[in-house]
Amino acid sequence: MARTVTTNRKLINTLIAWTIGLLIFFPILWTILTSFKTEAQAISDPPVFLFFDWTLENYAVVQERSNYMRFLWNSIIIAGGSTVLGLIIAVPAAWSMAFVPSKRTKDILLWMLSTKMLPAVGVLYPIYLIFIQLGILDTRAGLVIVLMLINLPIIVWMLYTYFKEIPGEILEAARMDGASLKDEILYVLTPMAVPGIASTLLLNFILAWNEAFWTLNLTAAKAAPLTAFIASYSSPEGLFYAKLSAASTMAIAPILVLGWFSQKQLVRGLTFGAVK
Amino acid sequence: MTLSGKFSSTALGLIAALSMSSAATSEELTIATVNNGDMIRMQGLTEDFTEKTGHTVEWVTLEENVLRQRVTTDISTKGGAFDLMTIGMYETPIWAKNGWLVPLDDLSDEYNADDILPAMANGLSYDGTLYAAPFYGESSMIMYRTDLMEKAGLTMPEAPTWDFIKEAAIAMTDRDNEINGICLRGKAGWGEGGAFITAMSNSFGARWFDENWKPQFDTQPWADTLNFYVDLMNEAGPPGYATNGFNENLSLFQQGKCGMWIDATVAASFVTNPNDSTVADKVGFALAPDNGLGKRSNWLWAWALAIPAGTEKEAAAKEFIEWATGTSYIELVAEKEGWANVPPGARTSLYENPNYQSVPFAKMTLDSILSADPNNPTVDPVPYVGIQFAAIPEFAGIATEVSQEFSAVYAGQQTVEEALEKAQALTTDAMEAAGY
Repeated sequence: MARTVTTNRKLINTLIAWTIGLLIFFPILWTILTSFKTEAQAISDPPVFLFFDWTLENYAVVQERSNYMRFLWNSIIIAGGSTVLGLIIAVPAAWSMAFVPSKRTKDILLWMLSTKMLPAVGVLYPIYLIFIQLGILDTRAGLVIVLMLINLPIIVWMLYTYFKEIPGEILEAARMDGASLKDEILYVLTPMAVPGIASTLLLNFILAWNEAFWTLNLTAAKAAPLTAFIASYSSPEGLFYAKLSAASTMAIAPILVLGWFSQKQLVRGLTFGAVK
Repeated sequence: MTLSGKFSSTALGLIAALSMSSAATSEELTIATVNNGDMIRMQGLTEDFTEKTGHTVEWVTLEENVLRQRVTTDISTKGGAFDLMTIGMYETPIWAKNGWLVPLDDLSDEYNADDILPAMANGLSYDGTLYAAPFYGESSMIMYRTDLMEKAGLTMPEAPTWDFIKEAAIAMTDRDNEINGICLRGKAGWGEGGAFITAMSNSFGARWFDENWKPQFDTQPWADTLNFYVDLMNEAGPPGYATNGFNENLSLFQQGKCGMWIDATVAASFVTNPNDSTVADKVGFALAPDNGLGKRSNWLWAWALAIPAGTEKEAAAKEFIEWATGTSYIELVAEKEGWANVPPGARTSLYENPNYQSVPFAKMTLDSILSADPNNPTVDPVPYVGIQFAAIPEFAGIATEVSQEFSAVYAGQQTVEEALEKAQALTTDAMEAAGY
């Protein structure tokens, strides 16, 4: 029997959801507000919320001091490249695990995930030395590879979960109709899994965009993305919180817009398999 | 052709040849630095360097801790990502010993390396050779509110004792008006609260290690230091001081919420700047306190430029060092931004300049720097160099953990005795593991 939900209960649930949502969003909102304050207002105690002299000065200073477009372009290439490359490798891998599993498939899946459990700094030196040897230090190509490898377990896991939901009989039917393996993956499986692939793509793009360990440690001046742009405004000796907030707002703005427009796919992707 | 004609054509030829060679050897330098006010100013003036030398500069600006990790990884693996690095007094002797830095023993006569303040030159040298050129130097001193001191009926001596500081801090505290008698660093981290308490402990007769590298946290001077600090801060410090570092205290002081603040001398230009500070015209300066044992509680630090060994652009990098840490750069900043904004604490001639002598905090900054001796930092002898640190590779890791234990005391999570016991145990373990 379906559970009846009263109007009062709906109201309470909505209020709780909004409260939690606003609490989670508050640090971002505060950062955005601070970016429009003067440095003195940014540190004032008690803090000022909305009633202050709004200024764009911090954005002007950040624009003047840093080449924002170069950082932005690097972020787009690195996050986009690593996600696309990851998908190219993960789709066939997830297909084989979902539709032609072996005795070891579950072990392999767990092993892949276990690579995420090692603290990144534990392999900093080996990876740094490999990058030096290959001559890919401070290059976008190097970061595309390393971020792809880091996010690959998550991509494979997400796609595997989606593919498991697709009935194997459909693929069998395609095979009986003479579809080759390539045709089966490209023209039968992929179109059916488009929502899953889209949400995987979006989530991994965001993860790669926000990645701040490797992007700071494997870059210098040329391939540095927006994470390095933000780090350059953090100061241990000097109060530059308003400028730091302006830089942070500029760094997260593109991904916020992307997240806003794709929230449906993201939510679907993150809750997939939770309700059956 | 007349003699003058020959001379003119020769001169023209020389100029052409020089400009061609300059164009042919123009380099792009990649420099890693921190996001401090003086560094930002330098970035804004880089065009002057490019105009003079033809070399261009790519800046990689990072937060201090990120920078440390980043440049340490690069230099220890000979990565070559940077042609110049901004490093401090802690790294310089260690890296120079490892052969990771280019010695700066062939800088031009015009640069006048002898003009570098002796305390800075010593701290940035290894085996008598300079390995990093100071861009700006700092010690620590007392910054205090002259109006609150007067209201308390006290007069700040030029060289006060800790007992006087405690008396003044309690007298200046006005909890109803949110005025804390004293603001000090308590934040965990070897360069934050760890640096302050180590420098303070020197004036109480404490030391990190004895001459045989045995940790000394089980000695009375360390207990005296921590007990004094905790009592003082509980009575006259701001709430939540366990998480306050330089920036948090700067913010409190600028808003008029601290009677006294003992911290880096570079803070003087911030607290006296009327654009940022509400108490700019009410700030006095004094030497960091002592306990009558012959050592004050001030530290010594320099942000300096060093060249990693193996860079292919060593000559251009040295040209940059001569430009950025030379006297003409100081004049350039003074001309563009005023004498109060020139990088302090690096050159003797700056403090002999009458224009700079009129800056209110200039004399106290110099006196503080001159009273710091990194080669003899403690009352009893020690085997290490450094005032707020011991210049050994293991120190950063150990001191970070020790300062975490101390911060837990400040936060009321454990007692002084428990923290010192843990500090002694973890330092002993780490030093034994390192083979001391």
